[in-house]
Order: sequence, then C-alpha cells, then structure tokens
Amino acid sequence: MLWTFHGGLHLDDHKALSANKAQIPMLLPDVLILPLQQHIGLPATPFIQVGDNVLKGQMIAHCGSRFTPHPRSAPIHAPTSGTVLAIEDHPVLHPSGLSAPCVVIQTDGQEQWRERQPIDDFLHAERAVLHRAVMKAGIVGLGGAGFPSHLKLEPNSIDTLIINGAECEPYITCDDHLMQHNSDEVVQGACIFARIIGGVKRCIIAIEDNKPQALAAIQQSVAQLQCKTPIVVIAIPTLYPTGGERQLIKVLTGKEVPLGKIPAHLNIIMHNVATSAAVYRAVAKDEPMIARLVTVTGKAVKNAGNVSVLLGTPIDSLLRHCGCDRQNAPVMIGGPMMGMQATTAMPVIKTTNCILAYDSTEMPAQQQARACIRCGRCADVCPVQLLPQQLYWYTKTKDFNQLEQHNLNACIECGCCAYVCPSHIPLVQYYRHAKSGVRQRAVDKKNAEIAKRRNEFKLFRLEREKAERQARHEAKKARTLNKTEKPEDNSDKQALIQAAIARAKAKKAAQQAQQNQDNTAL
Amino acid sequence: MMNALPTSSPFVHSDNQVQSLMLQVLAALLPGLMAYIYFFGWGVLINLCYASVLALALEALMLWLRRRPLLTTLSDGSVLVTASLLALALPPLAPWWLLFIGLIFAVVFAKHLYGGLGQNLFNPAMVAYAVLLISFPAQMSFWPVIAELSHYQPSFIDSFKLIFFETLPTGFGLDALTSATSLDTMKNLLDQAQNIAMIKKEPIFGDFGAKGWEWINNGYLLGGLWLIYRGVIRWHIPVAVLGSLFLTATLFFFLDSDVHPSPLFHMFSGAAILGAFFIATDPVTAATSTKGKLIFGFGIGVLIYVIRTWGSYPDAVAFSVLIMNMFVPMLDYYSKPRVFGTTNHPMKNDDHAV
Ligand code: SF4
Ligand code: SF4
Repeated sequence: MLWTFHGGLHLDDHKALSANKAQIPMLLPDVLILPLQQHIGLPATPFIQVGDNVLKGQMIAHCGSRFTPHPRSAPIHAPTSGTVLAIEDHPVLHPSGLSAPCVVIQTDGQEQWRERQPIDDFLHAERAVLHRAVMKAGIVGLGGAGFPSHLKLEPNSIDTLIINGAECEPYITCDDHLMQHNSDEVVQGACIFARIIGGVKRCIIAIEDNKPQALAAIQQSVAQLQCKTPIVVIAIPTLYPTGGERQLIKVLTGKEVPLGKIPAHLNIIMHNVATSAAVYRAVAKDEPMIARLVTVTGKAVKNAGNVSVLLGTPIDSLLRHCGCDRQNAPVMIGGPMMGMQATTAMPVIKTTNCILAYDSTEMPAQQQARACIRCGRCADVCPVQLLPQQLYWYTKTKDFNQLEQHNLNACIECGCCAYVCPSHIPLVQYYRHAKSGVRQRAVDKKNAEIAKRRNEFKLFRLEREKAERQARHEAKKARTLNKTEKPEDNSDKQALIQAAIARAKAKKAAQQAQQNQDNTAL
Repeated sequence: MMNALPTSSPFVHSDNQVQSLMLQVLAALLPGLMAYIYFFGWGVLINLCYASVLALALEALMLWLRRRPLLTTLSDGSVLVTASLLALALPPLAPWWLLFIGLIFAVVFAKHLYGGLGQNLFNPAMVAYAVLLISFPAQMSFWPVIAELSHYQPSFIDSFKLIFFETLPTGFGLDALTSATSLDTMKNLLDQAQNIAMIKKEPIFGDFGAKGWEWINNGYLLGGLWLIYRGVIRWHIPVAVLGSLFLTATLFFFLDSDVHPSPLFHMFSGAAILGAFFIATDPVTAATSTKGKLIFGFGIGVLIYVIRTWGSYPDAVAFSVLIMNMFVPMLDYYSKPRVFGTTNHPMKNDDHAV
C-alpha cells in the first residue's frame, strides 16, 4: 500500500533528452580541480604538497583537520594519476558565489591505480570493516545533499532501509541510467548497507513509475542476487517532489518524520541509488569516490546523455566533450526546480548530478512579479502544507516571530509554490532570504544575551567592589575611633560583621553570575 | 546573451498568470451576458463597456497618485473583472451616474485606499453595489421588463439615450419599461399574505425563477462550471454557497411550502449563481484554505436566505458576501493546515516536534 503527501506537481520532465541513450565515454581532462569541500560538514584537509605525484584513488585530503580527524567530513581522493599543480582558491558552486580552496591535479593520462584491497566476501565481512571502508572512500549522499554517508550507517535501531530511486526532478536521468545499467551494483550496495547497519528487517527500493526499464532491471537483480535482508522494489507514482526524503517516507510508510527530527527517529534510513552503487564499488572493488554519473543535457547540448565523469572535471571541457561549446555562459547544476546557476569554469563535484545547458526557449525569463492575489494556489501545492502566501507576507514585513510560528524552517525549497504562483512572485528566493534572517536573528539574540549577562556582571562587580571598599573604609574608621575615643565595642563589632556579611553575599552572587555566563557560553 | 533568469530556483514556471486568470473569468461571463442581451437588449453591454473604460481610467489615476507602476498593474485585468461584475449587478438601464459613483467606491475606496490588489478586505464590486443600494434604492430597482411581456425591446440607440440622457423612448412611460424583480414581487406579495401558488401565477415568473433570468443564470452557471474545469476557481466556494442556500431553502420549504418559495426558485433568482461562481470566489477577499472556503461559502448561502426572507432588501448577495468578507481573516487564522511532520494544530500548541 502506498500513501500520498499533500500537493506536489506533475511537471514536464524533459527526461527524454538524455534518457535511454548509450553512455557517453569518459573524458580524461588535462587538469582536475578538486574542492576540499564537496559535502555537508567540515572541509577536508589536504596532506599532499604541490609537485607530489599522486596515483589514481590515492587519498589526498583527510576528514576534517589533519591531527583530529573529524567524522563530520569526507576525505578526497585523486581521480586519476598525475601531479599536484596547486592548492589554491577556485570558483566553486556555492550560493554565495565565492571561491574556495581546491587541489589542482595535472593528469598524466596513465590512469595508474594505487594498490587496491577489495573486500571480496563483503556479505560476511565485519560491520566495522565495511563501515571503515565506506568512510575511507569519501562517499557522500549523491542525490544532491552531500551528507557524508558513513554518518548514516550507525546501527541505532534502524529497521527499514529505503533506497531512493525516485529521481523526480525534471531533466535528470543519471539515476535512471545507473539503475538500468548497473542494477547489480545498486542492489549489492543495499545489501552492504543492511550488513553495516545490522538489524534491518526490510529494504525498499523505490522508483518512480516513469522509469519502467530501471524498475525491470532492479527487479531482475533483486531476484538473482542473494541478500539476507528481504528487498522489495516498489513503483511509486510520478509526482514532484516524491524524491524528497520526507515525502518518500510518507509515500512508502504513511509516516511523517516529525519536524526537527531525522528519519532515524522512525527507525528509517534512506540512501540514494547512486550512493548505494558507490558503496558497493568502494567495498568490493576498493574504488573510492572519484567519479560519478552526470546527466549532461539541455537543448544547447548536441550529444545529450549520461557520462561517467571524473570528479574535478571542469564543466566547460565536459560540455565540449558532449558537443556543446558554450564558454563562460551560465549553465545550471541540478534540475530547474532546485538547481543552481553556475559558470562553466566550475568543476564537477561529488554532488553534481546534472549539467543543464539550456537555450533561451527552455528557461523563461523572470517575469515582472505582481501583487499576491491570495489565490491560495501556492498552499494547494506545498508538500509541507505550509502557507506560502503568509510566509511571503511575513517575509516582506520581516515578522520573524510569525515566520517561526508558520514553520518557515520546514520549507524544503522545492519551488512548487513559486512554480504555480500566477503573480510570478519568486517565493523561494524570499524564503531563503528569510531563513538566513531567522538564523541571524537567533545568533544575534544569543550574542545580545551574552552581552547583557556580561554587562550585568560588570555592573554587579563594580557594585561589589564599591561595597567592599565601603566596608573596608568603615572598618578602618571604626578602628581609628577605637583608638582615639572611648571604644564602643558594640558598633565596632557590628561594622565588622556587616562588612563580612556584605563580602560573603557579594562573593556568592559573583559566583552565580559567572555560572550563568558559562551556561550561555556553552 | 541569455535572457535574465530568476536569480534562484525554480527556473521554470507554470502557465498561470494573473492576466490570463482574469481574462478567463471575463470569458466565462459571456454565456450569461449573451442571454442577458437576448432578453433585455443592449443596455447591459453599453454599461459593461462604459464601466470598463471608466474603471481603467480610475485605476490609472489611482496608480498615478500612489506612484505605482502603471502598465504592469493596469494589465492584470483585475479592475475589468470588478467593473464587469458591477455592471452586471446593476439594472441594465441604470443611469450613467449610478455606475460612475459605484466605480469610484469600488476602485478608489474599496480597492486602492486599502492598498491595491491583494490588500482589500472587501469585494470592491459588492462594496459599490451595497453603497448604491442604500443610497439610491429607486434607481437600483429600475429593472426592465422582459420584452415578451412589455412587447417592447429597447434598441441600441434607445438604450444609449436612456442610460446617458435618461430620455425615455417616445410613447413609453417608465412604468411600462420597468417592473419589480421576481424576488421583489415574491417578497411584496408574501407580505400581503398571498400564498406561493397564487404568486407564481404572476406573469413575470417562469419555471424556477423569473422569465428570462432563468436563462441568464443558466449562462452564468455554464461559465462558472467552465472556470472550475479550467482550474481558475476551485469548487468549494460555489458548492458551499449554492448548497447551503439550497439546504436552508429546502428546510423551510418543507416546513411550510405556502409561504416559503422552493429551493430552486432561490437558486435561480437574483444574483445567487453569479455570486456563487464569480463574486464569492474573488481570491483576494475569500478565505484561502479549503476548510475556510467551505465555511465562507456556507455562511454566504445561509445569509442570502436569511436576508432575502427576513431582511428589508429583496436580494442579499452583496450583503452576504460583505459580511462574510469580514470573517475571512479569522477563518484563515483558524483553518491553517497542519504542517507536515507535526501532530498538533499550529494554533493549539507551539511544540510541534513531538
Ligand atoms: S500563488 Fe502567488 S498570488 Fe497566489 S496566494 Fe500564493 S503567493 Fe499569492
Ligand atoms: S518551496 Fe517551501 S513553501 Fe514553497 S512549496 Fe516548497 S516547501 Fe512549500
């Protein structure tokens, strides 16, 4: 039985441009540009020098910093043999459009591998050995998110493993191609996932029903291959954005991942089909994450299709390879609903699933936005059941409280709302802006709180010092009085006692303030 | 050079456009309009054209005064819809200054002084209608007699003269050309303690509502259904309005069919159908959520019946819509959908992540 989620869109998928074509042979460019951050988390740290010779598959950058390897990161490997030309900043795909540090490798054309140690009997290998292999191979979520995969393989009571082959974004066909031609790798990868996680009771491979060939191929592989975990292949209705993690879980299980929680909360874990195949290759062939399937498509590309691309390949040489000589013109990375604009100087990285060289007939120019007519079409299609028109209104009025109350942060930026808006309001753009505003506000609030505490503490300290001075002064006066005049035992003692009490009080309060401050700092 | 894309995703867009939505609404009025012209002559068309030109001019003036982009806003077509609805709601031979005053209220007060398209709380055409009905009750009941009964169909020129110079065609008095509407007649005769069976023998009545008007309403119904089919409007409001009107009328009809006209009479008289499909569905002033739309429509339907039956005005669409407009912010607030991944209604509890 399948469930549905609210809203969603039936889009023109343009997949025929690149689907069901023979794979385009690989290209070996002269230079490869490898950003140190190709994933969510900390950037990798290079440990090679300029001028070093590297072999294909050799690790060139660690997880996190050199001395304290950090799990929230992924290592980077040389995609082919060659020489390190430079470690320098280069334009990379990032919303801010900034450059970031990259390792540049001059390829030597030899494709000379480092020594490899495949794990042949991976279905019986130890969990820790397999987990380490995945981590060392630098595998990240290849569906586009780029979350380091080894972090999603902890055993914590997962019972359902979902392999996501939905691929609902228009134009993109690389997962479809992979499932058709490397279905065994996908299925074996799923077995390895199940082995690493342990305790998985069922594995679901979900594929949108607009990919019948992929479905058939995967079904055949599941029937032929031995896997201890039962695997079911499920055809799901084609609807954008079914490929979204939370949406797909809803469709397959009827459960909604609670807001602010991850799927593991429901004992579910999800990996993309390409990630699954990559894990298989990493384990069974000791082939780290050095290449991926990329869909090169769009009407400006003569020879559109899927091609296995070495990571770091500059987009312009890849486009030329596919019969599109577009230099220094914008292209899109990813699909038209959630992709980003990029320039051809940028390299292909682990999360690049599609290069879309569109012509002017494919992507319409931004129309002049008009006033919101409150038609509610946006709310009708929002898969998260938000009220996009309200969010838009609160974004314009900068009402952050209402934005939080209306769950702005639950927005997955799928673009459905902006797609249907008859007033052509770039809603998602507003939300991205608002989200950074909300984040900034949280930071500001915290800083202000700390500053306030500090200030309070300072005032308090001044007060305390004054009190102490006063007390000392009184005591001294009392002593002087004692000497000169007839001593009045009572008052002298009183003053001393008072001073002592004041000191004790001050000390206690100071401790408390300090503690408060530490708490906020934490 | 490539054309300028949006700066961030999504980069593709559906064919939806405000202008095309508004144009489709206008197109959907055509069948009703044609029936209207067939039964009552050219007056309504003259008023419609006059109202459109005037409304565009007023909107342009307001945009200029408010320093807003002129062409993009004028071209959205929303003011044409307002003008057309008002023109269709007024008596077809109403004098020109009635529409003039009405449009000033609609465009200047109800729309632009609230901040323009999207910001107005009340349906502009209905604000104008209500103001006119209260201020000029005589002119607002200047309804023409169907040609079949008066044996006279005003020609184009006659209509024009009537509207703009208020000169009657030779040989006809005002009484010969106008009559009370079916709702009016029904109400007055019921007040005189006649029963429905007798009243229905009056020549103005047809099978369900008034002669001629039944066909005009059929035309509106056809256009309205087409709008639903095209996805321009959703079914919830029309169904809720007509459904609740029908149910309320049925209830009273069964209680005492001597003094309560049939539900079909209510549905096919006055502006019920025009209101349900074209007026109450104005997105700006209607509720937005599905639940909200149903309640909004339900309220309008019941109010139409209540005001028609016990109020002092014979028809009630304008007042019902305006009253329900007031509840829209509240309806929207309390009918917010449950956000994906939350168990609680957002209003009841702020702790979503359970
Ligand atoms: S779709 Fe656009 S015009 Fe309609 S309510 Fe949403 S934001 Fe407003
Ligand atoms: S972009 Fe956000 S608000 Fe718009 S439809 Fe997607 S989830 Fe909803």
